[in-house]
Amino acid sequence: MDVFGSFALVLAFVCALYAFGGGIAAIITRHPLLIKSARQSGMATCGLIFVSTLSLVYLFVSDNYSVAYVVSHSNRDLSTFFKVAALWSGQEGSLLFWSFLLAIYVFSVLFVYRNKNGELMPYVGVILAGVQLFFLTISNFVASPFKALGVANAGGAFDFVARADGSGLNPVLQYPEMVIHPPNLYSGYTGFTIPFAFALAALLARYPGEKWIHLTRKWTMIAWCFQSMGILLGAHWAYAVLGWGGYWGWDPVENASLLPWLTGTAFLHSVMMQEKRGMMKVWNVWLVFLTFMLCILGTLLTRSGVVSSVHAFAQSNIGNWFVGFLCIVLGVCLGAYFKNRDYLKSENQLDSLVSRESGFLFNNLLFLVACIAVLSGSLFPVFSEWFTGSRISVGAPFFNKVNIPLGLMILFLTGVGPLLAWRKTSLDSLRRNFQLPSIIALLAGIVAFGFGWREAYALICLILCAFVACTIVQEFYRGAKVVRVRTGADWLTACVDLTLRNTRRYGGYIVHFGMVMIFIGLAGQAFNKEVEKEMPVGSTLKVGNYELLLQSMDQKQEKNYVAERMIVEVMKDHKPVMMLYPERRNFPTNQESGTMVAIYSTLREDLYVVYAGINPATSQPTMHAFINPLVKWVWWGGMVVVMGTIVALLPNRAAVVVLSKAEAPADARELGAMRPAQVALREGHD
Amino acid sequence: MKKQAKFGIGAGIIVLSMGFLAWLGYGESKTYYHTLVELDSLKGSARLERMRIGGTVQAGSIRRSTGRVDFVLEGEGKSLPVSYVGSDPLPDTFVDNSQALIEGRPGTDGRFMAEHVQAKCASKYEAAPGGKPAAAPAATQRSAT
Repeated sequence: MDVFGSFALVLAFVCALYAFGGGIAAIITRHPLLIKSARQSGMATCGLIFVSTLSLVYLFVSDNYSVAYVVSHSNRDLSTFFKVAALWSGQEGSLLFWSFLLAIYVFSVLFVYRNKNGELMPYVGVILAGVQLFFLTISNFVASPFKALGVANAGGAFDFVARADGSGLNPVLQYPEMVIHPPNLYSGYTGFTIPFAFALAALLARYPGEKWIHLTRKWTMIAWCFQSMGILLGAHWAYAVLGWGGYWGWDPVENASLLPWLTGTAFLHSVMMQEKRGMMKVWNVWLVFLTFMLCILGTLLTRSGVVSSVHAFAQSNIGNWFVGFLCIVLGVCLGAYFKNRDYLKSENQLDSLVSRESGFLFNNLLFLVACIAVLSGSLFPVFSEWFTGSRISVGAPFFNKVNIPLGLMILFLTGVGPLLAWRKTSLDSLRRNFQLPSIIALLAGIVAFGFGWREAYALICLILCAFVACTIVQEFYRGAKVVRVRTGADWLTACVDLTLRNTRRYGGYIVHFGMVMIFIGLAGQAFNKEVEKEMPVGSTLKVGNYELLLQSMDQKQEKNYVAERMIVEVMKDHKPVMMLYPERRNFPTNQESGTMVAIYSTLREDLYVVYAGINPATSQPTMHAFINPLVKWVWWGGMVVVMGTIVALLPNRAAVVVLSKAEAPADARELGAMRPAQVALREGHD
Repeated sequence: MKKQAKFGIGAGIIVLSMGFLAWLGYGESKTYYHTLVELDSLKGSARLERMRIGGTVQAGSIRRSTGRVDFVLEGEGKSLPVSYVGSDPLPDTFVDNSQALIEGRPGTDGRFMAEHVQAKCASKYEAAPGGKPAAAPAATQRSAT
């Protein structure tokens, strides 16, 4: 099977080569058969990558310990679930997995548009094949996941050896979220290849109009949605497994996943400027180029050890390949831009500072500044070594100082932007849209202050969250009111109807609402508490309103590990609330151990208990307990974001005929009285 | 154009103030990375900076006592006595002969006062150094091979 898999991989490389070269020839000659063969070759590449990936999965599941990659990432006692996940637990496999996900996107694009957009698709096909070619080169020639285990014998030849068992999967990866998190994040990373390919293709082909934006909108949103989910799942995994009490620590690898998300979010917003007003064309093209390059850079940072070599950890020569690829991509983008930049001329100018356009401009500016701050912070060791000769790294205070105010400004725009009119917003409309939300937000601030919120940023964040939430509720209320007048439906039905008729606009509001919830959760961080204590059995530890009583300790033999548990009774106001079982797991196969945090989570706060180990000097177990307020809001907000994105991806439901009949008399009268809603509907994103 | 100028001013204010904050944050958190050999050759104020040093934990040198953990970090033929005084529990991977990265300031008596310790086993690839968070790519891709 390993031979089969690696043959499929080589064949995939050959097909990608043909899709690339043949595609270029097809663009030059415009020969229809050549175009068709290049496309089909592109599809065949994808099919072969599927086959190759599946054969690696088969090697894992069938415990084939003659393949080096399987040996170092699996063992017999590992459950099948994790054996499949082991596919992406190391460098070689995750690169193949990357190709696999990209192949899903590429295949879908080639298939969906096989008979459409004839001018554009050959270019798209070539660009996609080019990207695939790079990853296939790596998987075939640099980091092959199918390498057989062997030793060089005396004659210099290669002796194959097989092991009885593998050395096991890293314990921190043996957690269900680890199975869904990387596929999500990689789907995000790879997904941005599609808008990139279309943008570059449109620029190269001088494809008329804004059509590429319409074509790629759905793909971009899918990628964005996966990226958002991937980041949040990663954060949740860090929170639930690593046991340090938080979910975001500005680690270079976390930052790497955030960077394309920042530019991708900016791109999703700024394309609307181009759709509606024909502005910011250069900016949009470069944003999507940048997003793609940041995806590649992210992969580079996580694999090469460029940044983590500050930690004196992993070193790998694969980084040079990525740097080379990045340079080629940048070169191609620059070349295409300078050749065809007249094609990107803006059709309109900024009319007013208080307008939707300016809202988008500031939104983009803030996202880009955040991106630059995170990027420069992550790469600081590299740059400082170039310029000063000594490696200097920056930590969380650097990132927080810049990104908290940026985040708050973006949050503010989340509320304001969608309600500003295109071109110019009148004072009257400002008052109509923002008077009530401002009053409610201020009241919320006063109440929070009364309840003892004294941290400036947390307080501002809460006020802004209230403000944005109010603007969104107000929008739904106004829209639903109009629908109710027309149809007489109840509020809920009216809201659903409203949303389904303009999914993009109202889906967007739902996403914004999810972001508000995430910000509420982030604000909670200002009030975190923690206590660490050595705990003989029978003793208690007090944290916040809780008292934790260590009742006993026990041991549990599982298939793949031995779990040592603390049995902890949680009491609040001297009344028992529940039991918690923080664990340490010892994995005999690779002599590693991992923590399992016990979390009692409510909307108000999380009680987060870690069994921090046994102090060898006193033989007493140590408990580390945290109170993390509002964390749950982050995860729930994430779910709302995903829901909103799915809503925004739905096609708009056309107005029902019955509704439009009733519309005539009611409309004329009622809409006059409710101008805001009417204005809002007309000015929607769609 | 006047509108563009206004926008430019707004943008300028944002960029400048963020730059200022970045500079503050930089001053607060900048950490030099030195090797054990370099540490000896540092002079004057450079010796008092916050820094990170990588090395290997000397076998049998770990001594745990209340509030601190003492150990010896060695590498490139040098060794450095270290006291870990941070609040986070030491990572599971912190054992004899593990590779460790310490962060803190050199003390006056030649003992390094570390506030953070990250560690990884010498033989295995490691997810997130020192139990600090890392998005999954770290967990999945940091290969020691």
